[in-house]
Parts: sequence; structure tokens; C-alpha cells
Amino acid sequence: MSDAVLLRAEGVTKRFGGLAAVNNVSLTLQRNHLHAVIGPNGAGKSTLTNLLSGDLPPTEGRITLGDRDVTGHTPEAISRWGLGRSYQKTNIFLPFTVWENVRLAAQSRTPHAARWLSRAGQLRDINERAERAIELAGLTSRTRFVASAISHGEQRQLEIAMTLATAPQVLLLDEPLAGMGHAEAERMVELLLAIKKDHAMMLVEHDMDAVFALADRLTVMVNGQVIASGTPEAIRADAGVQAAYLGEEA
Amino acid sequence: MSAASAHLEQLPRSLQFTLGLGAVALAAFPFIGVDGQDYYIQMLSQMMILAIFAMSLDLLQGVTGLVSLGHAAFFGLAGYALAFITPDTGPVSLWWSLPLAAAGAGLAALVIGFFVVRTHGIYFIMVTMAFAQMIFYLFFDNKSLGGSDGIYVNFKPSTAIAGLTGGAELFDLENKVTFFYFTFVVLLLVYGFLRRVLFSPFGRTLAGIRVNEHRMRAMGYGTMWYKLTAFTLAGALAGVAGYLWAAQTGFVNPELLGFHLSAHAIMMVILGGMGNFAGAIVGAFAFEYLMHVFKDVTKHWQLLMGSFIVLVVILAPRGLLGLGQSLLNRMGNRAATAPAGAEERKQHV
Repeated sequence: MSDAVLLRAEGVTKRFGGLAAVNNVSLTLQRNHLHAVIGPNGAGKSTLTNLLSGDLPPTEGRITLGDRDVTGHTPEAISRWGLGRSYQKTNIFLPFTVWENVRLAAQSRTPHAARWLSRAGQLRDINERAERAIELAGLTSRTRFVASAISHGEQRQLEIAMTLATAPQVLLLDEPLAGMGHAEAERMVELLLAIKKDHAMMLVEHDMDAVFALADRLTVMVNGQVIASGTPEAIRADAGVQAAYLGEEA
Repeated sequence: MSAASAHLEQLPRSLQFTLGLGAVALAAFPFIGVDGQDYYIQMLSQMMILAIFAMSLDLLQGVTGLVSLGHAAFFGLAGYALAFITPDTGPVSLWWSLPLAAAGAGLAALVIGFFVVRTHGIYFIMVTMAFAQMIFYLFFDNKSLGGSDGIYVNFKPSTAIAGLTGGAELFDLENKVTFFYFTFVVLLLVYGFLRRVLFSPFGRTLAGIRVNEHRMRAMGYGTMWYKLTAFTLAGALAGVAGYLWAAQTGFVNPELLGFHLSAHAIMMVILGGMGNFAGAIVGAFAFEYLMHVFKDVTKHWQLLMGSFIVLVVILAPRGLLGLGQSLLNRMGNRAATAPAGAEERKQHV
């Protein structure tokens, strides 16, 4: 499998009034690579994710997904073109079962989605896809549970399962480890490693152990700007990053 | 309260059985001799028509989470359509005029929906009301459209099929009992169709939009188009009801397009229980029945009706259907057969 560049952001900027929440950011996401974006709170990481996914239109800059310019397109169109994302704040269908959450995600990829009279639960390829995603995310034992009744960590896994069920090529994961216990976090890191080889991934995360275990490339943002970008080793050695961010933890 | 417990999408067996009994009793009514039989048969026909109307609104309100305060516009438009296409000299054929009236209402819903599905929450409510009021005043102030007096529909639609019945009626809608059964069959067909839609991929998509539209979009659903389709379908089904109403009463006036009927439909759906269509039927019957009872008590019947609905919303947030289910469960638990009870506990998890 080639390690082709699947997503490219060039000079992406988002201004809210006078504030540039994201300022002239460029990055690329390659298949079989995980690109971690780190930085202190308010650095613009989530805004960047929202720009790439189409939840927010950029003020300036260009975003291409594969060969397609997706700048300013709707999130549903960008999703159909192969980008999947998870949310920092758990964003699932709480009253539905785990199964229905993932099944709905899988259903979005088929022309059946517009059908009125077939039984939604009996579309075989969709069911199989949903089952695979649930299994991959390690939620098989929770399939029949209502999503509001499972633990926080499991809800985070469900986020990932739903994203995977849409069969994206590019994955944007916004703090998938947020609020997780140590054991849960370890499981999530394993899950992310397992799905890395088929996807181009961007990871926004505060858990530095996880970031350095997973990342092939790191981008450090402070105040909406990229202050450093490179391999994990280079970033670790970067004095500016040490001062701005990593140093705080040491 | 979670949305799942508010929506008895899967009707427990005990409730299905009770509703089935109700349907049988309704179908048997014309065979029971009571004083003023004709009056009650017409009243029940009207209740069934309003039940169809309430179900069409439930597709938006209960399933998709879109509260329309202008749904009567489509009901009334189809009624007017029948009034306009019925000539002064004789009846019009049911077989093309009903689909035409429903399609007309659906087309109006498509055009209005194109604008309103872009709005959310309170704005959706206001914009649907504004469109409906525009249509109301168009008919109210326009003498050529019947004005405030309305128009008579002098003939019930004809059911003759050329070449098959040889000019004779297949069944005679001028006969009140026949009309009753015709409406009953349409009610069952619309209910069966909407239940089927509810569990189709389309219906699941609408439920997803109700619960979390943002996430639906992030998963690739063009939610606006799904909402527009639902709005159009609901408008067309409201049209079926409005057509039947015009045929049954033989009269249309601007009230059929008006704010009050739209609001009544919302109350019917809330009263019965949202999101499963059976509740809409129960709500329509209960609302109409109570209205007749309260009207006998006082001409300020709205006061009593309002109090009653407030009570139901507070004491039985899942509507009469949810209340019925709880009662049946309690009876079932007492008889030590707890499957329905177990189901409810699961929903409350």
C-alpha cells in the first residue's frame, strides 16, 4: 500500500473578528502515517480540525482531499469524499443502542440510505460493515446497550467505531483519549495503531505518552500558529517547543 | 428523559393487542345500533381523517423532530383542490382526484419546505406558521377562491372505473357507512405505510436527525434533503386527509388551512404520544372526543382542553399511549408475566 498524501492543507486561516484562531497553517496527511497536532489549550487545534472537516469554512487557504479541492464544502460532502472525524466532546446518539449508532454511520455510505420501504436492520452489507467497526473498536460485548448507559471510555470507542463505519481514508481524531483511565487509554492507543496502516490520520491529543507512541510526525501549535513541525525526535529536541509547551510538563 | 423512552417506536405486544382491539371495535361500530347512529358514524369518520392528518404531522414532529405550526395548510389545500375540481354538474373520479390533490399538497410542501428546512428550532416553527398564514389569507381575502365563506363540494367523489364497473359505482361514498369504511381502510394503509417507513433506512435517518443532526452531517448525510423529503411526504399525506375531509363534510373554508387546526394537530400528537404513529391516532380520537365533551360543558372548552393537555404532559410525558403501556405493564407484572415490563426497564436504562 502506497503512502500517498491524502489530505493537504495550504495556508489555512480562520479569523473570528480580529482573532486569528488558526493562522496560516499548512500540513499534509499521508496514508499509513499518523500526524499528531499538539499545543496548549486555545492553540487552535480543534478549530483546525473543524476547518479540515468542513464544520467551519476557512477564511483563507486551500484544503485538498485526494485530488479534490474541498475548501468551503459542507461537512456531509467532505465526509462522503472520504474524511471521517471524531469529536473532542463525545458526539453520539445517546438514546440509540451502540448497534444503531454504528449502523447509522455505515448506512450513510450506501445508496440504500434513501430507501423507504426496506427494513433498515436487514441490509446485509451495512450490517456486516457495522459489525466489523464495532469489533475493531472492541465494543462487541456492548452492541445491544443503549449508548447513554456505557462508560465514558466506551463512548469514546463508540466515536471511533462510528467514524470507521463510514469507511474513511482520512481520519481526524480530536482528543480520543480525553477523560480516559490509564487502561482504557492503553487500549485506545492499540486500536489507533491497528487502524493506522489503512488510513491517513491526524490526532489532536494532550496525552504525550500516547502522542509519542503513535506519531510519525508532529506539528506544534501555539496561538493559532505552527511553531514547529517534524519527526517526534526533532520536536523533542526543539528548544522553542520545550519552552512553549513540552517544558511545562517536565 | 432520553428520547428513546419518549418514543415507543417498538410497540410492546400488550399495547399492540389493545390497539388491535380498538381497531376491531371501531370497525364493528356501524353494526351496533345506537341512537343517532348516522351522527356518530360521521363523527368517527372525521376522527379517522384527523388521525391521518395527525400521523402525517408525527412524521415531522415525533420522528424527525421538526415542529411545524403550519401543517394545516397542506390539509386545506388538498380540500380546496377537491372543491375546485368537482364540477357543478356531477362528481369527479376518486381514482385520479385523490392522487392529484395529495400530489398538489405535496408539491406545495416541497416548495415551502425548500425554504423552511434551512431553519432550525424556533425559527422553523415561526417560518412554517408564516407560510401557512400567507396561504390562509390568500384564500380568506380572495373571493375567487371562495373567500371567508368557503366553497361547497356538492358531490362525493365517484368510484366508478370505466370499462370495469360499466359506469356503476364500485362503492358508493354518498353512503355514510361506506365512507366510514373507506376512511378506515385509508387510515390503516397510511398507518402501515408510515410504520414501514419508520423502520426503513429513510426512517432511521430521520430519527438520527432528530437526535443529533450535527453528527448525521459529519457522517455524510445531506440532512437538508432528508428533511425536505419528509416535509413533502408529510404534506402529501396531510393532503390525503384534507381531501377526505372535504369529501366527507362537503364543504371547505379557510379554517381548514388555519392556525387553529395546525395547533390542534400538534396537541393531538403530544396527547397521544410522539414518534410511533399509533399515538397520533389515539391522540386524534382523544382530542376530538374531549372537545365534544367539553363543548357540551362550556363554550370555553379550550380552557378545559388546555388544562387537560397540561395534566397529560406533566403526568404522562409519553402521552396516552405511554400511559396505557405503563398501566398494561403493571397489570402484566401483577400477573407475573413480565416481558413488557422488562422491556420498559431496558428503555429507561
